[in-house]
Amino acid sequence: MAEEAVFDLVHMEAVSYVFQGEKISEDEAVAKLEHMGFATGYRLVERLTRESGRFKDELDIMKYICKDLWVTVYKKQIDNLRTNHQGVYVLHDNRFRFLSRMAAGKQYLQYAPRYLAFTCGLVRGCLANLGITCVVTAEVTQLPACKFQIQVQRG
Amino acid sequence: LRPADPKKVSGELFTLTYGSLVAQLLKDYENVDDVNRQLERMGYNIGMRLIEDFLARANPGRCYDLRDTADKIQQAFKLYLGVSPSIGSWNPGGDEFSVVLETNPLAEFVELPDHCLGLRYSNILAGIIRGACEMVQMEVMAWFIADQLKGDNVTEIRIKFVKRLEDAIPAGED
Repeated sequence: MAEEAVFDLVHMEAVSYVFQGEKISEDEAVAKLEHMGFATGYRLVERLTRESGRFKDELDIMKYICKDLWVTVYKKQIDNLRTNHQGVYVLHDNRFRFLSRMAAGKQYLQYAPRYLAFTCGLVRGCLANLGITCVVTAEVTQLPACKFQIQVQRG
Repeated sequence: LRPADPKKVSGELFTLTYGSLVAQLLKDYENVDDVNRQLERMGYNIGMRLIEDFLARANPGRCYDLRDTADKIQQAFKLYLGVSPSIGSWNPGGDEFSVVLETNPLAEFVELPDHCLGLRYSNILAGIIRGACEMVQMEVMAWFIADQLKGDNVTEIRIKFVKRLEDAIPAGED
């Protein structure tokens, strides 16, 4: 099944939809994408983990996100996971799928964050359903590489 | 820690993403007619791009009549949504037919609330068909005439051939 092509295109349409029109601010548009991602991730992870065993700890869940979830959604694993062991995790993707078709170089760099918002929400949604409340932000370093930072909220 | 069927789940990813998108549109627009129109337009944009992927991946060859086209549409449903719709209900003129889905993967987890009965939830499919055909020089109309979400037995998309788009062929190629 070649559904990843359709998934990519639906995502692109979602991005261009939220940014159409002039009334809407960049922040509002990003928030909508993030929300769509959250709703998707929250439901998706429930189905993905239906048959999995219990996770050992927070790090185990993060590894799950980097491997299984990323493979399901983006057909590759996260390239590098770092943590300060105090609730901050940084996920490096050297070739993020939603950015991989953009022209490299600086010309479109300013638009790249639009293509990360859905995924930030997706990750936050997955983690929320696995019992971790967090804030997820993303940053483009050099196209098509990017990193996602997960900051776990405790207490 | 392996999902039972990763392929199935990644199909669900698309279904769930689409659901979030429709939910967002319903929040943004006041009436469902605007949502229907927006979904069709998004589908049209997707179809215009998806046809290239289809031509590259499935190498479907040239269509000699509308029955050929109907077969290719059936093939595309199989490729992209993992379902095999049946083709039928041709009109006597042979320029109109139906694509009938026994199960609609887009609507797998969906139940329409009462205030959304006018919503054509899967309208993106109609747009995709229209957009894809237009890129191969065919103007068609596509619309839903039955929807399982509204209690029908099957989901049925009607497709009508309008005309061949001659002008869009670049000079020197035919």
